[in-house]
This record gives sequence, structure tokens and C-alpha cells, in this order.
Amino acid sequence: MVERDIVVIGSGPAGLCAAIEAAEAGAKVLIVDENAKPGGQLFKQIHKFFGSREHRAGVRGIDIGTLLLKQAEELNIEVWLNTEACGIFDQDKVWVVRDKHTSVTIHAKRIILATGANENAVNFPGWTLPGVMGAGAAQTMINIHRVLPGQKILMIGSGNVGVIVSYQLLQAGAQVKAVVEAAPQLGGYGVHTAKVRRAGVPFYTGHTVLEAKGTDHIESAVVVKLDAAWKPIAGTEFELDVDTICIAAGLTPAVELAFGAGCRSVNSPVLGGLVPWHDETMRTSLSSIYIAGDVSGVEEASTAMEEGRMAGLSAAQSLGYLQEKRYRTRFEAINHNLLALRSGMFGQKRRDAKKAIVAASKG
Amino acid sequence: MDTEKRLKTTGAASLTELHATKEYILPDERMQHPVAVIECIEAIPCNPCETACPVHAITVGSEITNLPVIDIEKCTGCGLCVAACPGLAIYLKQKNYTKDLSYIAFPFEYVPLPEVGQSVNMVDRFGLVVCEGTVIKVVKIKRFDRTAIIHASYPVEQYEHVVNMQRLARN
Repeated sequence: MVERDIVVIGSGPAGLCAAIEAAEAGAKVLIVDENAKPGGQLFKQIHKFFGSREHRAGVRGIDIGTLLLKQAEELNIEVWLNTEACGIFDQDKVWVVRDKHTSVTIHAKRIILATGANENAVNFPGWTLPGVMGAGAAQTMINIHRVLPGQKILMIGSGNVGVIVSYQLLQAGAQVKAVVEAAPQLGGYGVHTAKVRRAGVPFYTGHTVLEAKGTDHIESAVVVKLDAAWKPIAGTEFELDVDTICIAAGLTPAVELAFGAGCRSVNSPVLGGLVPWHDETMRTSLSSIYIAGDVSGVEEASTAMEEGRMAGLSAAQSLGYLQEKRYRTRFEAINHNLLALRSGMFGQKRRDAKKAIVAASKG
Repeated sequence: MDTEKRLKTTGAASLTELHATKEYILPDERMQHPVAVIECIEAIPCNPCETACPVHAITVGSEITNLPVIDIEKCTGCGLCVAACPGLAIYLKQKNYTKDLSYIAFPFEYVPLPEVGQSVNMVDRFGLVVCEGTVIKVVKIKRFDRTAIIHASYPVEQYEHVVNMQRLARN
């Protein structure tokens, strides 16, 4: 059996930062990722990040990804790509399949789950036609593979993912015909909606897609106004000439490995639904398993990186790699950064939701 | 169009909405050079504008969700904050570049970039073309990290309305 101090599952912003923080403390770390390339969503994020200097604000996600990979390399962190984590047994054994071929069991003193989240779907007649896809899929196509999914886009959902991907589709040369939002108010940051709006893209709040029309691909979308109970109002339908519909209707934490391992769950509607319970140090109800990033509640890359650092730090500390004083200093610094990101009109709700998760332990 | 709150329904803030904040400061005809105008009216955790300003004209403070406040008397119009703002929410403006023309320098992340001297369609916050403008300068330096800053002049009548230009068609 392969033995490691810490196995990190997932090499996105949370997983990379967890591995880096733990390796800096001296732990022997292995990252496994099912993808062919490390970095998770970072290499799709071509925009400049928010935050402060400590969070690398103003730097584009792709460049943060490159920087983290360089750090991981310098710290000799081992990375197994094309490696699917299939299950966790006895709280300390990770069963992985490498290259869809070789089964390996890794004995890990600590496991950090940074498995991210999956896009939610919205279904409507025609939703299985080619051309309907997650906003994340469209972002992968334009920013990783450099292929436009279509010329005329309709975006469903006005959260930050919906508006950022709309902007990037415009940058990639597509027309974005409209952004529809079922809620009465737009969800994303005003600065994001403003840059999409001044590019001429109309926003329809209180509207949804009724139907996608077409035979072997999308030829148009029917949009309808919703009443206060979110029911379509007959007679308000109108058709948009689009060949692609992108869905940005939120994300659900990828909790399968955590719950399969037996981690206790907590429901957090604000953060995407059922998440593994965890404390401030990112430890779950199973003392050898930590979590970080979207799997612990959907936020964004900046918080995922800080949570990753917290999980890596705590896991390394629990293995005796850090002096108490150094641990406290780092803990306070990371916690300070997390609180800063979880403040203001958008952040406070997430801060309260995180607090509720931590508090759920004591009850 | 400008009589109500629009940021959370149409995507862009109305002038009424902007004027109701103390952070939106539009320089008047007394200003002799372009200065930064910040349209950042939601408390989001962000402060690169403050960090980027070499003359400390922008203040966010220790709470990074505070809204940025600019001291336009201190602003030299260098444009570093324009490229640093992850929200692309800052531009430089001067009301009277000439008697009839206003001046704007705005962030632009689309290709193709306009050419100096080119006539372009200037847009308002809602993406409506309100007038033509003439490109004076296209600044694309390493420090701006792939965000170009386009400098242009346009009719003074549209001083407050213009915030950017229409993207150019790809050939």
C-alpha cells in the first residue's frame, strides 16, 4: 500500500493551497485529480480577481493558477493526474483508479477533500437539444479549448458565474442576446452586470426560459415573464433568436466522497445544500478528514484558496508538523483573510451560513 | 430612464442612483486634466484601486468592503486604478478637453482594439450608442495586464452619459 502523510483530493484553488500550506509545514503531500491538467477552475478564470493584496486581488485567475503550480513544484508536491478517487475506507484509505486502469489504495494519515461543486441544471422542453449547456461548460470551451459554443447566446442566471461567463463569451466574439433571471433582482456583483449591460446585453429579471425550439439543434428560445409566485404569465412569451443556451443556476457541493466516508452532514441552503459538517479548522466529523473550497459550501475561488490553506495548516498541525505558536499565527492570518472576504452586502450572508455550520457541532 | 434604481434590475446604475451615493464624483469644468471617476456602489470585498494609486487619492480603508472614495484634488489622472480595478468600474474624465469636447479614458478588454484617430461609437451605461467619439490614445502596457485603456474625445453634451465604446466587429 502507498503511504502518505496527507492526500489532497482535487487540485483546484482549494486543493492546491491546502497542499502548499501543508507541504510548507513539512508534511509529505500527494494530490490526486481526475483531470489531465491540474488547476481546477482557475485556468478558466481569465478575469482579474477581487479581494485585497493578501488574496492576490487584481491578478487574473489563470495567472494565480500558474503561480500555485510553480509553488507546488518547488515544494516537491506529488501530483497524480488522470486519477479518480472512488472511495474512502476506514477513514484513512483512499481508493483511486489511475488512468482508468490501475487500482491503488493509498493509506493517508490525513485526507483533504477539495472536490469542488457541480453545476445545477434547469430543465425545460428542448433542454436536451445540442446547444444547451452549463455556463461552466461554455467557459471551458472558450477559455480552455478556444472554441465558441455558438454565435448567439442566451444566459440563464445572473449570479456572478452567469455574468462573468456572459462577459467572457462577448470577449470571445459571441453575441449574448440576453441574460434571464427568475428572481426579481439580479444576483451578481453590480460591477459585473454593468460591464455586460454597457456592452448592450439586456437583462430580464422575473423571467425564465419556457422552451428551446429546434430539431437537431437550438434555433430559438421562448422566454416568459414570471409572477410573484414564479409561475409563467400567459401571453408574455417572446422568442429570442439564439443557437446556445447557457445555464448558470448555481452549484451543488460535490459531497459524494465525504458522505461515502461517513462525514456528518449539515444543510446550508445559502451555500448550496447538504455539506459535510466542519469546524473553523476545516475538519469534518471524522478526525482524519478535512475539507476546503466549494465542497464545504459554494463560495468563490478566493475563499476556496483561504479555506484550502486553513485545511492544509490544520491537517499538518494535527500531525505534529507545526509549533503551537506558528500554528496560531497562521490560523489568525488565514481567518482574518476569510472574514474580510465574507463581509459586505454579499459576504455577510455567507459568513453567517458558515458560522451556522460550525455551530451545528456543538448542538 | 433615470428615475429609479436600476442596477439590480437592468444591470446598470441610473444617474439618479449614482447621484444618491457620495462616492460617485463627476469632475466639473474647473478640472484642468482628466481624473478618475469610480462607479463602485456595492459593498464588495475589494481594494486594488487603493493599492494601485501612487498618490493615495483613493481610500477604501481597513474594511475592504468599504466603498472607495476619491480625492479628485489629489488625483493626477495617471490611470493606474483604471487598469487595476477588477470590476472595470473606473474611468478618467475631463469635462472640457476643448470647448466642445469631453475626454474619457476607459478600460477595454475586447479585440480588435481601435486605432488612434478612429471614429468610434460611444455608449452609455445601458449600451446605447449616444454619440461618436475619436480615439486619442490606446495604452496597452505590461503593468495593465492585458486590459487596454482607450483615450477618446466626444461631444461635451454627452459628458456624463458616455462610459465606454461599442465593441468593434471582428473581420
